[in-house]
Amino acid sequence: MGTAVIIIALIALVAGLALSYAQQRLPANDGDLVEQVNELLPQTQCAQCGYPGCRPYADAVVDGSAAINLCPPGGDDTIRRLARLLGKDVIPLAESVVPAVAIIDEPACIGCFLCRNACPVDAIVGAHQFMHTVIASECTGCELCVAPCPVDCITMRPLS
Amino acid sequence: MSAPTYDLGKLHGGLRLPAHKNASTAEPIKNVPVPAQLILPIEQHVGEPAQPVVGIGDRVLKGQLVAEPDGEMGAPIHASSSGTIVAIERWPVSRRHGDKAPCIIIECDGKDEAIADAPIEDYRSLASADLLLRILDGGIVGLGGAVFPTAQKLMQARTCETEFLILNGVECEPYISCDDVLMRERAPAILGGAQILMHALNIDTCYVAVESDKPEAIACLAEVLGELDDPRIVLKQVPTIYPSGGEDQLVQLVTNREVPSGGLPTDVGCLVQNVGTAAAVADWILRGEPLISRVTTITGDGVAEPVNVRARIGTTIEEAIQYAGGYTDRAKHLVIGGPMTGKSVTTDEVPLVKASNCVLVLAETPSAGDELSCIRCGDCAAVCPVQLLPQQLFWYTCADDEKKLREFGLLDCIECGCCDLVCPSHIPLTADFRMAKGRIRELADEKARAERARKRFEARNDRLERELLEREAELDRQKESAKAAGPAAIAEILKRKQKPGNGDPE
Repeated sequence: MGTAVIIIALIALVAGLALSYAQQRLPANDGDLVEQVNELLPQTQCAQCGYPGCRPYADAVVDGSAAINLCPPGGDDTIRRLARLLGKDVIPLAESVVPAVAIIDEPACIGCFLCRNACPVDAIVGAHQFMHTVIASECTGCELCVAPCPVDCITMRPLS
Repeated sequence: MSAPTYDLGKLHGGLRLPAHKNASTAEPIKNVPVPAQLILPIEQHVGEPAQPVVGIGDRVLKGQLVAEPDGEMGAPIHASSSGTIVAIERWPVSRRHGDKAPCIIIECDGKDEAIADAPIEDYRSLASADLLLRILDGGIVGLGGAVFPTAQKLMQARTCETEFLILNGVECEPYISCDDVLMRERAPAILGGAQILMHALNIDTCYVAVESDKPEAIACLAEVLGELDDPRIVLKQVPTIYPSGGEDQLVQLVTNREVPSGGLPTDVGCLVQNVGTAAAVADWILRGEPLISRVTTITGDGVAEPVNVRARIGTTIEEAIQYAGGYTDRAKHLVIGGPMTGKSVTTDEVPLVKASNCVLVLAETPSAGDELSCIRCGDCAAVCPVQLLPQQLFWYTCADDEKKLREFGLLDCIECGCCDLVCPSHIPLTADFRMAKGRIRELADEKARAERARKRFEARNDRLERELLEREAELDRQKESAKAAGPAAIAEILKRKQKPGNGDPE
């Protein structure tokens, strides 16, 4: 009886040590996880989370430096899915936004090109000294084009 | 004369429901005269809404095109009578989402003047592709209730190896009898339509499937078939069980082939068309009359004389009900469509559209009783004609688990309502499934959008990187060429540049 206990305890100890060593030394399989997190994000590339795009935010979420509630376009649904994937608790959104698309007031546009450079998904067409316009179906509503406009001719129109 | 033959396949589950059809089949089809006003919704079919091609104040004739299809999927809409366009505005309609939709409103002049449009002399002389285009112009959609544009369905079928045309005269849902009376009164048109469809598809077998509880319709069809002497058309009798008239279910019953999950009947070589659609095709091709009227059953305890009417598309329900003797004092609840798959409406200002096969006025608001917890009895799975597990799906709908819902085949649900009816806990399963399906579609759209945005973002990053590299390479090249020229040459150039008025504009 006593030998059996000792043998089992030894096996458990050895297995435990081996596992903790493996966890320390072998690289974690984070690549897949980042991919999975990135899949769940809405890909608006709006940077409202404080990271320069969805992929960098996914990196930060996986390495634990960012909370899962920083994505306003994704909303509560994304938080719920992230929580399920990562085994975390569902927490309320840090700041919520209404889904919207950018609209350029075309007569007021001076063709400065600044908004076109700001758009992360190339959803603004136009050229220097020519009127610009937004491809509404491709606009992710990130608002990144609003601030650079020198004549304030871009507004966000909420999606009904 | 081809004798009615019994079916080959077998339907899983299903229910035997009280038919309630005799009340409305006693009398022949009543023609509703031209109303004072016609309301034509621009969205009466699957696909994109049609685009109006008329303006307010225009005078239109009966059969004139008022809205044309926009995009690949759609059907044109024609004026149902002559008159003046008075408005294009939102009007109450019956549909799944929202209560109002844009409609073209025609003030009729009562003359019912038709547009001169010569019918085709002999459709057999047309190539099948031309015949399909002609069918497209007729604004014909599936009249069984799904309103899928007929021409597009035929074009899709032509890209597959289709063997059989199945005409659906099953009409398994209680109360509805519009196809039954149509088969009794217009069997020649239906079978003529079948011949046109066979010519358009270039196939030579057609089954006409009728439920066994319609002996009069079967007799009429058999008689006309005998006169027609067309061995390609075979009459088939299918058992009276709901929902044997579902497209996939009918294919199984008639040919003993199972339509695969997520597939279409054309995957197993079949094309199903409603008998009313076949008659509409015949009217358009042989007589030049586009789809501007249809037979609708007006029935239920809430109308005085249940009857089938042929009304212009755009006639309000209120007007049509007048021809069924008006409301009785028991009328309480209005449903467009049958009791199983229909939709409740709150106003009778709603117009009859191409999809309206039935107007049901009930004496009481249907209510299943209080919803209780699922006790996992499994009755719903036993009756499900698609062999799904509704109790399991219900579980996943509650959990909003998209992956599991897909895995358990929610998208194959035909929303027949059998599971609702047998559920001892009165759970509104079909309504839940309908919502979950909408949610899944929304999620898929969102995902596709996100994927597109990601691709554009990555493409943009690649472009920026490439531009940066190109700029650097250009700079390197300039440096190289300067170096190759040697310091003396550079000094020479600089000196020349500093001399005023020599080459440099500044």
